[in-house]
Amino acid sequence: MSSPAILSIGQTLRAEWIKLRSLRSTWYTVACLFGVGLGITGLAMSSAGQQYRTATVEEQQAWDPTNLSLTTYIVAQLIIGVLGILIVTSEYATGQMQSSLSATPRRHRLLAAKVVVATAVAVVAGQALMFASFFLGQALLASQDVPNASLGDPGVFSAVAGGGLYLTAIALLAVGLGTIMRATAGALATLVGIVFLVPVLAGLFPGWMEGLLDFWPTRGAAAVFTTVPDPAYPHPWLNLGGMCLGVAAVLVAAFVVFRRRDV
Amino acid sequence: MTTIAVQGLTKRYGPDTVVEDVSFTVEPGQVTGFLGPNGAGKSTTMKMILGLAAPTKGSATIGGRRYQDLRRPLTEVGALLDAGAVHGGRKAYDHLLALAVSNGLPRRGVDEVLARTGLEGVAGKRAGQFSLGMRQRLGIAAALLGDPPVLIFDEPVNGLDPEGIRWIRGFMRSLAQEGRSVLVSSHLMNEMAQTADHLVIIGRGRLIADTSMSEFLHAKGEGTVLVRTSDPGSFALQLTAAGAVVRDGVESALVVSGMTSLEIGKLAAYHGVTLSELTPQRASLEDAFMELTKDSVEYQGAAA
Repeated sequence: MSSPAILSIGQTLRAEWIKLRSLRSTWYTVACLFGVGLGITGLAMSSAGQQYRTATVEEQQAWDPTNLSLTTYIVAQLIIGVLGILIVTSEYATGQMQSSLSATPRRHRLLAAKVVVATAVAVVAGQALMFASFFLGQALLASQDVPNASLGDPGVFSAVAGGGLYLTAIALLAVGLGTIMRATAGALATLVGIVFLVPVLAGLFPGWMEGLLDFWPTRGAAAVFTTVPDPAYPHPWLNLGGMCLGVAAVLVAAFVVFRRRDV
Repeated sequence: MTTIAVQGLTKRYGPDTVVEDVSFTVEPGQVTGFLGPNGAGKSTTMKMILGLAAPTKGSATIGGRRYQDLRRPLTEVGALLDAGAVHGGRKAYDHLLALAVSNGLPRRGVDEVLARTGLEGVAGKRAGQFSLGMRQRLGIAAALLGDPPVLIFDEPVNGLDPEGIRWIRGFMRSLAQEGRSVLVSSHLMNEMAQTADHLVIIGRGRLIADTSMSEFLHAKGEGTVLVRTSDPGSFALQLTAAGAVVRDGVESALVVSGMTSLEIGKLAAYHGVTLSELTPQRASLEDAFMELTKDSVEYQGAAA
């Protein structure tokens, strides 16, 4: 009894993958993710040697070559977010959503297939970018003869792989925002607000929001990118886990509104 | 056979009632024209049939089931909405392939519908480069993918050139002749006169008429006939004497109502009058439609 249902979920997944891979914008966005992501790492790391030599002893003690080579996540999260947003909003913008829902009227199944496909792409792209950025960064640091890390050093693998997961979570947040907002501009503005504006303006917010910021993107959740423990965030994976819960909540809201709304 | 059954369908957006208590059925083997002025609720009704919009009240079923409950909907209903409703960045072939795969349909079906709609040559082109007519064809190709017994077309001739209009008309007729149920919306009465067997007319969200085309023509299509002759004055008197109503048309033509062109021709022959033109006017059909829906047009232009 369940096999036809499983079969058709597989069909929905395959259809969503065909739709994603057949758009040039998908591949442009991925190319942009790697071009910009690695470009920032390259530029930032090429001057890091100078920084290290002019730094104070205290700063040198806190020197975290892994974290430095991964700071490109700040921009990369926006680009991978665009990928997640477009999976949903490009269908609303073009009217494609009507075709998609006519073919797959079970809305939760359609959105679930989009989430799965987005996750698959984001896991691969996110991990690939983080590992590539790490190796590029360390190679540049080594060439300038300043302390650098290798993947086997304590906490390094966890920071790099955790970074890939962080980017995946942001891509899923973007899918959720795209579904709720139904428009690229609105969803992107919201994403920028979440990952850039709220962390910058954090000081203005009342004390009770501090707890929330421990799990916020670019704030507490970004502690996963470090290997030198930050006293404020002793368990970085808890902070990342908290952000993932928040992303899950956004996705739940997305599933609810996606089923209810007229197209 | 599969029919579309709409029962007591109602849709409200806040205080606005867009569709109110509309009921009709679409039978197989004929083209049902779904007619109404802009904003009458045609598209909303079609979206409710396709499960894209949720009815406030009432139901729409296809072969007795709601659209959402169809296991492989493309094999039961084909729909053309909004010029294909397609992402412009995707190649026509990939668009159709994704739809086919989602319903477990074979890949060769894509080639078949591309051929049937004359798009084989542009299958590798992105839909954004298509003309409106080609996008309509792509939408129709998508509707035909699952070889469905029910087809729904929302304003398929909108924005098409005469060649495209003729193609779609013939296409819809042939689909009905194959025994399918075809529902086509339009706001042009004359368009429907050329294709539909049955008429469902709505205005301001309410059902105005649900009738066969021949009945409608019989009841409402009492047409006028345009007549030209070298001596319009005296022929007009003869026509009036025979019971017709005669008005003056442009360039000394006569606009005759109350008599068919056949009767007018016979009258002219009897009196030995030479006619240079004898043309039944189709416009009356449009007039009948306007008459029916005049209270339900959203924005009416003031008479000049």
